[in-house]
Amino acid sequence: MTRTAAPYRLPHAAGLGRLIDRDRPLGFTFDGQRLSGYAGDTLASALLANGRRLVGRSFKYHRPRGIVGLGTEEMNALVGVGLGADHEPNLQATRVELRDGLVAVSQNRWPSLSFDIGQINDVFSRFIPGGFYYKTFKWPKSFWHHLYEPLIRRAAGLGRAPSGRDSSAYEQIRVDCDVLVVGGGPSGLAAAQAAAASGARVMLAEDQPSLGGVADLYDASDEFRAPPDVMVLTRTTALAHFHHNYLLLAERCLGEGPRQRLWKVRAKEVIVATGAIERPIAFANNDRPGVMMAEAARGYLARFAVAPGERGVVFTNNDEAYRTALLVRRTGAGEVTVVDIRKHPEGALVEEARRAGIPILAGTVVSQVESTAAGQAIEAVRIAAFRPGMSRLLRESRLPCDYVAVSGGYNPAVHLWCHNGGKLRYDMAIHAYRPDRHRDRMWAVGAANGTFDLEAALAESRFAGEQAAARALARSMASDMVAPQLKPRRQGAIEPIWFAPASRHYNDGHKHFVDFQNDVTVADLELAQREGYSSVEHTKRYTTWGMASDQGKTSSVLGLGILSEATGRPIPEIGVTTFRPPFTPLTFGTVAGAQKGPLFLAVRQTPVHDWHVANGATFEPVGHWRRAYCYPSGGEDKAAAIAREILSVRRAVGLLDASTLGKIEIRGRDAGTFLDRIYTNSFSTLKVGRCRYGLMLNELGFIIDDGVTARLADDHFLMHTTSGGADRIAAWLEEWLQTEWPDLQVLITPVTEQWAQFAVAGPKARTVLEALAATGESDVDVTAGSFPFMSWRAGRLGGFRVRIFRISFSGELSFEIATPARDGLRLWEALMTAGAPLGITAYGTEALHVLRAEKGYIVVGDETDGTVTPRDVGLDGLVSKTKRDFIGRRSLEQSFLRAEGRKELVGLLTEDPREVLPDGAHAVREVKANGPMATIGHVTSSYMSPTLERSIAMALIENGRSRMGETLTFPLEGGRLVKATIVSPVFYDPQGERQNV
Amino acid sequence: MLLIKCPVCGVEGDETDFHYGGEAHVKRPATDRPDRVSDGEQRDYLFMRKNPRGLHFERWRCDRGCGKWFNAARDTVTMEFRATYGIREEPPAT
Repeated sequence: MTRTAAPYRLPHAAGLGRLIDRDRPLGFTFDGQRLSGYAGDTLASALLANGRRLVGRSFKYHRPRGIVGLGTEEMNALVGVGLGADHEPNLQATRVELRDGLVAVSQNRWPSLSFDIGQINDVFSRFIPGGFYYKTFKWPKSFWHHLYEPLIRRAAGLGRAPSGRDSSAYEQIRVDCDVLVVGGGPSGLAAAQAAAASGARVMLAEDQPSLGGVADLYDASDEFRAPPDVMVLTRTTALAHFHHNYLLLAERCLGEGPRQRLWKVRAKEVIVATGAIERPIAFANNDRPGVMMAEAARGYLARFAVAPGERGVVFTNNDEAYRTALLVRRTGAGEVTVVDIRKHPEGALVEEARRAGIPILAGTVVSQVESTAAGQAIEAVRIAAFRPGMSRLLRESRLPCDYVAVSGGYNPAVHLWCHNGGKLRYDMAIHAYRPDRHRDRMWAVGAANGTFDLEAALAESRFAGEQAAARALARSMASDMVAPQLKPRRQGAIEPIWFAPASRHYNDGHKHFVDFQNDVTVADLELAQREGYSSVEHTKRYTTWGMASDQGKTSSVLGLGILSEATGRPIPEIGVTTFRPPFTPLTFGTVAGAQKGPLFLAVRQTPVHDWHVANGATFEPVGHWRRAYCYPSGGEDKAAAIAREILSVRRAVGLLDASTLGKIEIRGRDAGTFLDRIYTNSFSTLKVGRCRYGLMLNELGFIIDDGVTARLADDHFLMHTTSGGADRIAAWLEEWLQTEWPDLQVLITPVTEQWAQFAVAGPKARTVLEALAATGESDVDVTAGSFPFMSWRAGRLGGFRVRIFRISFSGELSFEIATPARDGLRLWEALMTAGAPLGITAYGTEALHVLRAEKGYIVVGDETDGTVTPRDVGLDGLVSKTKRDFIGRRSLEQSFLRAEGRKELVGLLTEDPREVLPDGAHAVREVKANGPMATIGHVTSSYMSPTLERSIAMALIENGRSRMGETLTFPLEGGRLVKATIVSPVFYDPQGERQNV
Repeated sequence: MLLIKCPVCGVEGDETDFHYGGEAHVKRPATDRPDRVSDGEQRDYLFMRKNPRGLHFERWRCDRGCGKWFNAARDTVTMEFRATYGIREEPPAT
């Protein structure tokens, strides 16, 4: 593999590159170009070492963008890593560890990164100001569908989704601990050590591969080790904090095994030691590749021996950034000048820089970056004399450079603190928000708490660790311990600057970026104020400032500063926008964990499932069940199979696997009374040995379930529910028993899985049962005289222990035979064998539905939608007029449920008998060529009926029952009109003679 | 993700192991006097619910434990469960 030399990698002699192993070179590609790096590099450091400054294009204007940060704060350098199905988009290059053969690509550019058509947006940017989406894509209406939506969809997002199914494994694990410390810098480690030493079970999560945070870039440079007795997770990012100290941590795993692991942690105490994030300053073209944070520039130099450039400018309002200039000077990594807005910088670091001979331009501001024509490389900055409060510059001078290291101060990383309602207060000493109160047992320490001095941070962290441990272990808190006092800092004070004054019209090709990731500029925020978005949350939504994965990490306080200057209100009065989880983007695989494919949802199968599969059934989901839909055979299509199955039931006999039907045993002294209150009709009067169809309402008076209930004994009923409703109804019964009628002595037992149940339906059904009876021990008399319709019998049939219910959902003579589930498959096969000479045919759920529709029977969920009363579907006769109370009774009396104009269930016959209306088609009062048409109802079920050799449909139509014979018009997609006549919903055998033989 | 302890069986678990059942102590007028429930009473029973900032009495079911319903007094601001108690019991003095 040929490798390009890495021109910005400094030689070993400089003593830099703490994290890289120069003995282990690695090859990788970026946009197809072969490059090299070292073990220990991040993708970002390796790209910079190779002189690759341009790594992406911005979201809206497609401006060239480079690497700005060092870790989780990176908002520009989002890349895609991996090929094909393993591709992962939108990764921060600063957090991608380099490995041999890594394939990375830039995003949001076409046709190539250096020449991108979309950058024309930058030229036309005056036409796409803040709130552009809300202002532009409004009219004409027809443009929305064909132009705006496709355009927005293509422009949306940055990376591309992987091309196939992710083959990686993901894992989730649930743990509890006493103290969870987030952040493995000096503060986090001190807190964890103190908590563990106090006897608490402590976990610590660190985003980076190694511990120590950014201590090496500030005062301390010691090696950091995991404290004893602390469970330390590196490469693990705390994504979110939820109620009662429930946190999600995402671990990036190495080697074999899962790709990522999601830790779901419940901690008694949480210590947030997430450090602080350096913030940018808004000056013209502050987004050019080569403008980076001062800490990041220092980090690439110290950790990876990568020079940020040859001639640098450090632009700052505080002392810390001087460290970058000092490191550059000390290591001979080119020339450097400090531009400091403060008139009289005077801290210890400033003095050190002066002694080192670093040029310092005090009271000066960087107003603008000059770059090459394509904007991809910096040539100089414009600088000018600065005093606080000035708004326009008159005289600028030019300072040649090829990179700018910026520091506008530090924002404590309060995201985790705020996810679940932690309060903040604005601190004028650090010009940033810091943690205030939290309702959960949560502590913030170190830089995350705005405590930037190392000694003070360590003291406060140890204190928090001990106190958190004491509270977690329910010991009394050490009352003699007091929170440590802050030592006076040896540093000069920070002076706030948000927006460097400009000499030119500042949104005309000279943008001052606040939120790099969402391309939000100072001008956008100011425009939002002029347009009246005075609430900070409204400004955020209008401009998209602080949205997406950045979540205000770099842009939040900077934007608040700009709003403050634009409105003249102090920052604390403006308020702060909400920080939302996740802290960093996470891949969907981590969210799903192992719950994908067959583990996504537990699929329920009946005891006969394998027979259905072996006999060519197609399946449909019903609740969590898979039910046989139809059984195509001999090359027939589904429609042919369904028609064949239906005609077999009507002419001979069919066999249906009804095992999924919900079955609930209701037992106890008051079982009858209880059912009287649950159903609209009466069950206490039902005789033992008999069955009754019941209708169940909710308290609003609307139908929620139906089914046949059999009385097994005086104190014992077996309720059948819909297949999808079994669990819901069992919970419903329990709720009423426990909460409203605890005086009733009733026990509820769901027994759906205990029984296999089959419907033998058709004119020859009884003959099948008699044939089976002849094959073995039988004591059930199935003759019409001794086994009437709507009764049940128990006993033996062909040697099987059975309960037989003479009930019918097809309108034919029908027996539903239940047997213990373990015997289900044998009974099914015995029925098929016994019925073979009679032409018995297995039928599926679609045939079942057509058969019941021919009879006008409702299906809860088809004919009902949660707003339908018994009267609406013509079942008012099932509503008791004598019972004093049942669920929903009082609501049914409400005037609007009895008023004229409600939709009523009717049958429909289309003019053309071959025309099958689509489910959900609406009938309209009047057909109009344009504009909305008033609907008077809709189709609830619609089928081709092989029995009637024509289409049939059921519909809910306004005053339907009083419109018999009326012809309605259904406009369909594409402008086609279908006419249908209202008829009774009972299409077949209206007298019900066939089931009663 | 609330942490909840069932007062009936004593098991402690995440809120996803429980089922929220809305405001507690809502009286169903029809249970006592089904023939004399005014439209207004029925409306209040069906739809009118408290939405306090602070202490809220509410129903929960121990879904993956004992299956029993119970009442809880929870602070809607701090999310603290001040008390849990039997489904038919009156709220404790607070």
